[in-house]
Amino acid sequence: MWTARILRAQDSRVRWKRAVHVSALLSLRGVKTNIGRYHILHGVEFDVAEGGLTMLLGRNGAGKTTTLRTIMGLWRAHEGEIHFAGRDIARLSTPDIARLGIAYVPESMAIFGDLTVQENLVLAARSAPPERKRLDWIFARFEALKRFWNLPAGNLSGGQKQMLAVARAIIEPRRLLLIDEPTKGLAPAIIVNMIAAFRELKDGESTLLVVEQNFAFARQLGDTVAVMDDGRVAHTGTMAAFAADAGLQQHLLGLGMGEHQ
Amino acid sequence: MKRDLLPLLLIPLLAAAAFPLVGSSASWVTLTVAGLAMGLMIFVMASGLTLTFGLMDVLNFGHGAFIAVGAFVAASVMLALGTWMQVDSLWLNLAAFLPAVLAAMAVSGVLGFAFERVIVRPVYGQHLKQILVTTGGLIVAEQLLKVVWGPDQITLTRPTALRGAILLGDIAIEKYRILAVIVGLVVFAALALTLNRTRIGLLIRAGVENGEMVEALGYRIRRLFVGVFVVGSALAGLGGAMWGLYQETITAGIGGQVIVLVFIVIIIGGLGSVGGCFVGALLVGLTANYIGFLAPKVALGSNILLMALILLWRPQGLYPVAKR
Ligand SMILES: Nc1ncnc2c1ncn2[C@@H]1O[C@H](COP(=O)(O)OP(=O)(O)OP(=O)(O)O)[C@@H](O)[C@H]1O
Ligand SMILES: [Mg+2]
Repeated sequence: MWTARILRAQDSRVRWKRAVHVSALLSLRGVKTNIGRYHILHGVEFDVAEGGLTMLLGRNGAGKTTTLRTIMGLWRAHEGEIHFAGRDIARLSTPDIARLGIAYVPESMAIFGDLTVQENLVLAARSAPPERKRLDWIFARFEALKRFWNLPAGNLSGGQKQMLAVARAIIEPRRLLLIDEPTKGLAPAIIVNMIAAFRELKDGESTLLVVEQNFAFARQLGDTVAVMDDGRVAHTGTMAAFAADAGLQQHLLGLGMGEHQ
Repeated sequence: MKRDLLPLLLIPLLAAAAFPLVGSSASWVTLTVAGLAMGLMIFVMASGLTLTFGLMDVLNFGHGAFIAVGAFVAASVMLALGTWMQVDSLWLNLAAFLPAVLAAMAVSGVLGFAFERVIVRPVYGQHLKQILVTTGGLIVAEQLLKVVWGPDQITLTRPTALRGAILLGDIAIEKYRILAVIVGLVVFAALALTLNRTRIGLLIRAGVENGEMVEALGYRIRRLFVGVFVVGSALAGLGGAMWGLYQETITAGIGGQVIVLVFIVIIIGGLGSVGGCFVGALLVGLTANYIGFLAPKVALGSNILLMALILLWRPQGLYPVAKR
């Protein structure tokens, strides 16, 4: 009996190793999440390769936001494993997950409106006051943050709040960035800046997992895709292949011809 | 949020409106000082409660227990140091008063720590249970007070230097009220500085707005909450000590009596807002004193009326806290 169980355990570990890409920084296996009495995620599985940018796509309500929140520990996965840098984080508390080097930009932005832009960033820089060089790098891309440095963040426009939410995640180097719809409400010129910033981060210190509805943006930036449908990941692969396959896009995202930008 | 000064203006407006009604300027000054003193004592008791609600949505009806314990502990210390209280020396009086309030704060703070562990923690996020369980905690605490200090009320006389009034022409200002105003303003300034100038303060304000995001930035909001809970309990103890000495009689029901005013104040101010709590407390204190003078019969209901009027104007309170 005992031996059988040990053998089975070893067996599953071997399978695990084979299944996980060697260079995956984050991998989800069989993740199920309930919100209240609703079953939202039904066994989500995908990998995020280290040093790359993975796009998490899918129709409205597919479960993208729920997946990011589950990784962050804001919803509990009641089943399944979430491995980050080699350890299972599915049972850690949200602050402990963040302290492993994961930053999160929620869909709602969740900037602190009563605090100034500066205070928002001071809190986001957990280990030390924000570095001058780093700030200048951010200001070069999101100029509005410099202009409204001492303004309560609640007074910023929607797009400016979005910039602040992203800036808060990148004010210090983090290993993994989870970003939910970063382009929402942003002017095209700022989106160009954001693409540049994400590329630099990816080439340097970070791995990114980005949820995005704007397919033109997603296609430019993504190395790989994971496409969700009804609480599962229905497709994974390279962005190049996915972008070339209009039929698959139509099937998974419901993109009509005219909707391509 | 823009800095919104309108609610602040209500204080001078209320005072100005009362002036012609009161008639005599001497009475008006006396009443105004009395109102400010009362309001500031309530502010000291209420400030912690509004923050704990803002941070974790915890409705703590047991807060009155910390007020009562503060009053009893301070009274015991002052009775024990009775000789210092009775001599005609401000310094010796303060030498009795200071350890009394410090002891009150310490005991209430420790009690708050235990209360959070044992009573509040198991019911995080469940409002109905919070109301029931913390109210239960208050009842138990009141009974324990009777066990420790006996069922009779304790009579306490203010120290000699804080008895009587200062006369400025025909205006009389009670000395103890001046002390209450000073203590209240010091507490307010300390809280405002902490909340606006320190990292912990920024975290508390951020947590009141969106606790989840504070956690996602890597901060443990529960620890922050426990700290705020303990400080809030200690301040309730300080407020209770001041209030007991103001009333000069202390009963086990003292917490239950003022907690109604405390809740009115934090609702008027906007749950979670210390600035709102401050303005609300002053309005409540002033209203109670003006109405108590002008129409003593309706004094009891005046604060409820004030709350209703303010909520008609601003349903979320004077300074609504932006949530999520
Ligand atoms: N708090 C909640 N309570 C109940 N159901 C929820 C809750 N949050 C999300 N859901 C449900 O879970 C499903 C997935 O939602 P989710 O927000 O993860 O989708 P999404 O892929 O991010 O969609 P969108 O592209 O519109 O942002 C939806 O059907 C939604 O109704
Ligand atoms: Mg979403």
